[in-house]
Amino acid sequence: MAYGPKIIDHYENPRNVGNFGTQAETKTRKDIGVGLVGAPECGDVMQLQIKVDQATGKIADAKFKCFGCGSAIASSSLATEWLKGKTLDEGMAIRNTDLVQELSLPPVKIHCSVLAEDAIKAAIADYKTKNGMEVEDHDHDHDHQPAATR
Amino acid sequence: MSVKTPIYLDNAATTPCDPRVVEAMLPYFTNDFGNPGSRNHVFGWNAEAGVDKAREQVAALLGASDKEIIFTSGATESNNLAIKGVAYMYEKAPAGSTGRGHIITSTIEHKAVLDPCKRLAKEGFEVTFLEPPKDGVITAAQVKAALRPDTILVTLMWANNEIGTINEIPEIGALCHEKGIVFHTDATQWVGKMPTNVERDNVDLLSFSGHKLYGPKGVGVLYVRRKKPRVRLVALQDGGGQERNMRSGTLNVPGIVGLGKACELAMQEMDRDGERLLKLRKKIEQAVTSRLDYCQVNGHADKRLPHLTNISFGFVEGEGLMMAMKDVCVSSGSACTSASLEPSYVLKGLGVGDELAHSSLRLSMGKSTTEAEVDYSIERIVSAVQKLRVLSPLYDMHKEGIDLSKIEWAHH
Repeated sequence: MAYGPKIIDHYENPRNVGNFGTQAETKTRKDIGVGLVGAPECGDVMQLQIKVDQATGKIADAKFKCFGCGSAIASSSLATEWLKGKTLDEGMAIRNTDLVQELSLPPVKIHCSVLAEDAIKAAIADYKTKNGMEVEDHDHDHDHQPAATR
Repeated sequence: MSVKTPIYLDNAATTPCDPRVVEAMLPYFTNDFGNPGSRNHVFGWNAEAGVDKAREQVAALLGASDKEIIFTSGATESNNLAIKGVAYMYEKAPAGSTGRGHIITSTIEHKAVLDPCKRLAKEGFEVTFLEPPKDGVITAAQVKAALRPDTILVTLMWANNEIGTINEIPEIGALCHEKGIVFHTDATQWVGKMPTNVERDNVDLLSFSGHKLYGPKGVGVLYVRRKKPRVRLVALQDGGGQERNMRSGTLNVPGIVGLGKACELAMQEMDRDGERLLKLRKKIEQAVTSRLDYCQVNGHADKRLPHLTNISFGFVEGEGLMMAMKDVCVSSGSACTSASLEPSYVLKGLGVGDELAHSSLRLSMGKSTTEAEVDYSIERIVSAVQKLRVLSPLYDMHKEGIDLSKIEWAHH
C-alpha cells in the first residue's frame, strides 16, 4: 500500500518510543496510566503509557510501543505527541478521526486510528482508577468510514 | 559489494519475462498475426505453426504428448476447467440432486482450487478438505484414508505457493490410478522449477501458468491425459470449439509462443538455477535464524522448493516489517497486506499461531537473483526485525516472562 508522507515520517522516526517501566513496575505507580489494547492474533497491539504531573493534573509525558502495521505505529506515535501537555479531559477528547485526518490514513487503515483512540482512553482510565477518580463509560462512538467507500 | 535496489524477492507472485521469450513473441503481434483457426491462408498457417511449436515445447517439459496440451488464460482457468470439467463429466447423479460424487482436496490449496471445490459442494458434490500436518506435506496415506467408493476426483497442489512444501504427488497419483480416480494437480509453483514427467508421476491433469516461469501473463496450460486412462472434461465455455472442444476462444498466439519458449528455456536451465538457488535459500535461512531469536522457517525441512522460503518472526508484524525493508520486495502472510484482514489461511492450516502468521515473510528468488542481493536482503531483514522489536510491546512482555497466550486480549 502506498502511504502518505506523514505516516512514513512517523513510521521511520517514531516519537516517544518506550515505557516508564515493566508491566509489573508500572502497575504499582500511581502517576502512570497504561493502556494495552488490540490482540496479537488480530495483528495489532498498542501499549500507551502516560505520566501525569500530579500537581497540575496534566500529562507530562507519554510513551508507546506498538506491534502492528505502519499505520498502527504512526497512529500511536502521533497520539503520544498530542497527549503531552494535555489535561486528562483534553486527552479524552482526542478522536480517531483527528488521527485519520492528520495522517491521511487510507480507508482500510481506519481501524488503526480506532485502536489508538482506545489506547488513549484505556491509559487515562487506568490512571483514574489507580487514583480513585471516577471513570466514565467507554463509549464506542468511533467514526468509521461508511462501508461503501472502503 | 553494492547492489541495485529495489531487490525483487517475490518470484512466486510473478516473474519477469525472459528477454528471449519476448523476442520469440514479437513477430506474432505484427507479421505473423493470423488466427490459427484460419485454415485456408498463409497467415493462419504461420500462426498455427507458432502454436504447434509451443505445444511441443510445453509437452516436452511435462513428458507429455503435444495432443494433451490445452492452452488457457492462466492457471486459474486451468484449475476451474479441470475441477469442474471432471466433476460434471464423471458425476454420479445429475444436476439438482445430491450425492453427485466425492472430491478430495486440501485446506492449503490456492483459492483457484478451493473456490471451485466449494462451488461444487454447493451443487451437490461432497468435498473432503485434507488438513496438512505441521510440516505442510500432504501424504498419500492421508489421501488413501479419505478415499470413498464414490470418489471421482483428487485435486492437490504439487508445491504450495506460500511455504513451498512439496506434496507426495507421484505416490498420490499411483494410488488414484490403482483406484480409477481422476487425479489433478495445480503445479503452478512447480513446473519449470522442478523436473516433471506426467507418466512417471502418475498425473492425469496438470495446471500451470506462463508468468511463473519467465513467460508472459495471461496464458496458461492444462495438461489432459489421453491414454491410460483417457480423461474427458465438460467444457466450461461454449464457442468455436478450439483446443479439442475443451476451451473455446481464439488462441492467444503471442502468449502461447512465449509460454512455449519459456518452457524450452526452463528445461535447459532449471537444474542449474535450482541448485544455485537452493544454496542461497539455505544461506538466508541459516543467517536469519542464527542472528535473530524467536523465528522459524515454516514447512518441512527438506521437502520444499529450492527458491522459496517462508519465515515467521515472533513479536513483529509482517506489514510493518515489509515497510521497514521496502527496498527488498517480498510478500507477507500478514492480514494487513490483504484486503481481508485475515492472516494467511495456509500458515493457520499448518498450526502456526495467528500471531506468527501475522509475522511471516515469503521470500522467493528467481534465476536473476544474485548472492549479493541475498546478502543485502539478509542485512535488511535482520535490522528491520531488530528495529520493530524495539517498538514491540509483545517482545518486552515476553522477556518480562508474561505468557502472551494467558492475557485476555480485547478483540475488535
